[in-house]
Amino acid sequence: MDIRRIDENTWEIPAEGGMRVPAVVYASARLLQDMRRDQTLVQARNVACLPGIERRSFVMPDAHQGYGFPIGGVAAFDADEGIISPGGVGYDINCGVRLLRTDYTESDVASKSKTLLAAIFEEVPAGVGKGGVTKLSRSVLREILSRGAEWAVENGYGRKEDLERTEEGGRMADAAPEEISERALERGVPQLGTLGAGNHFLEIQKVEEIRDPAAARAFGIDFPGQVMLMIHCGSRGLGHQVATDHIEIMENAFGVAGLPDRELVAAPFRSKEGQRYYRAMCAAVNYAFANRQMIAHWVRDVFARVLGSARGVDQVYDVCHNVAKVEEHDVGGRSKRLVVHRKGATRSFGPGRAEVPAAYRATGQPVLIPGSMGTASFVLVGTAEAEALSFGSTAHGAGRLMSRHEALRRFRGEKIRDDLARRGIELKSTSWKGVAEEAAEAYKDVDEVVRVSSAVGLGRVVAKLVPLGVMKG
Amino acid sequence: MDRYRILPHTADGKFEAFGATLEEAFGNAALAMVSLMWDWSKIQPSVEHLVRVEGSDKEQLLVKFLGEIIYLFETRQFLLGRVRTLRLRPLLDGFGLEAALDGETLSSGHEIYGDIKAVTYHELAIEEGGPGERSRVQVVVDM
Repeated sequence: MDIRRIDENTWEIPAEGGMRVPAVVYASARLLQDMRRDQTLVQARNVACLPGIERRSFVMPDAHQGYGFPIGGVAAFDADEGIISPGGVGYDINCGVRLLRTDYTESDVASKSKTLLAAIFEEVPAGVGKGGVTKLSRSVLREILSRGAEWAVENGYGRKEDLERTEEGGRMADAAPEEISERALERGVPQLGTLGAGNHFLEIQKVEEIRDPAAARAFGIDFPGQVMLMIHCGSRGLGHQVATDHIEIMENAFGVAGLPDRELVAAPFRSKEGQRYYRAMCAAVNYAFANRQMIAHWVRDVFARVLGSARGVDQVYDVCHNVAKVEEHDVGGRSKRLVVHRKGATRSFGPGRAEVPAAYRATGQPVLIPGSMGTASFVLVGTAEAEALSFGSTAHGAGRLMSRHEALRRFRGEKIRDDLARRGIELKSTSWKGVAEEAAEAYKDVDEVVRVSSAVGLGRVVAKLVPLGVMKG
Repeated sequence: MDRYRILPHTADGKFEAFGATLEEAFGNAALAMVSLMWDWSKIQPSVEHLVRVEGSDKEQLLVKFLGEIIYLFETRQFLLGRVRTLRLRPLLDGFGLEAALDGETLSSGHEIYGDIKAVTYHELAIEEGGPGERSRVQVVVDM
């Protein structure tokens, strides 16, 4: 494959064959080497073939092979002439990350971290096949699909201020619950308010290092040793079913002939099928916002019970990293409406954008990048440059390196637990095999991903967070 | 002949399954898929589910059949242990599949160690063998 180095961390794959635009990869030589081992770059080229693509098919530093689009792929399509593709969002619609800050210090929780984690594990349902604690009627579920985290807050899960500090205010207004199939509703009913499994987790963390004091202050990150809470999960079976349903609808309407990968099936954004998927996707996004809102509420409850108060346990932000959004971006000197697909990529808008909450508009949005199990996570701030570089996007995590099968062969969950315990990190999980699959060694080095993101200008590092306690589904 | 083999894939679950007929390969693909979530060989045949799906082509049919097993797990807590019968038939505009599945209902005694989100079309392959040849299917599931 012809790949040219543009600068230290930028590479270009020129347009050839059916590619309508070149592909651009943001990676160090080391990260690029990882990508070359699987099909990441081939998939980025395939995305460049889709109708209406603007500028470039972008690859974030943590990218790895997905299906159709790579995980860590960003592509934007003209809202009038271009397409929307469920494979460009992923099955876990609005998989995302929520971060809460606290006034507690490491020493406040030191003697109680075991109790805290056990109580959270008790309170937040997790694991495969585990239903939630809420019994939902269909009419309530439809309301959640329309209103997202707004519904949750109105029903006693959390605070109004949380909504102002959630992407989209915790609700995508274009949601159409009537586009959600019976089957997706059935999968959604028992799973609301559950963490799930796989790479989803909940962590009690502490601030290890503050690198940008001004931005940190704006985000409520005040001092090293400060206790933070991170939640990583998505729309569960409901979102997975929405993607499955609409891939089939698009296949049947437009066929799959000529696609380099059948998982790239797409519909013109303006078409009936394109709009149906978009509006169903928005409903699944809302479900995921409500899900994280409820989980955050239960975690606050635990803090109040175990430590005496949840005062100061305030939301920093909540980001989606599997989503398609209609946004205005500059293309060739004029502003254009685009359908921006971020699959395993986080929005990183800089100062001034209307989408950034008022509290952060002068600073830029918080970007939340979780590490792998037991390793550091990072808070970045979005930059104005990122808009020109990647439609305002950056990485979403460490990015997988090793297959689950291989990880299962090499690692033992119980040993990982003991190793973490020796480093003072508590771990709770519903499955030790699941823990082995998520071993830190199966992931890329998140420090390197974040370093490249900063060096390129996709997002600037604000703070480094390290885990004190980990709950894995 | 092995029923199936798990293949390396960076993030997701990839496997191939074999059979003397395409029907058998589809059935073994179901066992391969659930082996990523639980140990099907330890599941008793205490409950039965009948599955009926249609697809515009064999690829879509396989994706929908496997999707049905995920759906039964998430909404009926059904753990597949055995594909008792599986029949494919041509329809006017595609293919139909009927299968009888045996298994158990999830209880606290089972360890579920993996979560499959969905069945994808990525690198999906169906090779139907002629008489005397084996059939092979390859699937990637999102985990």
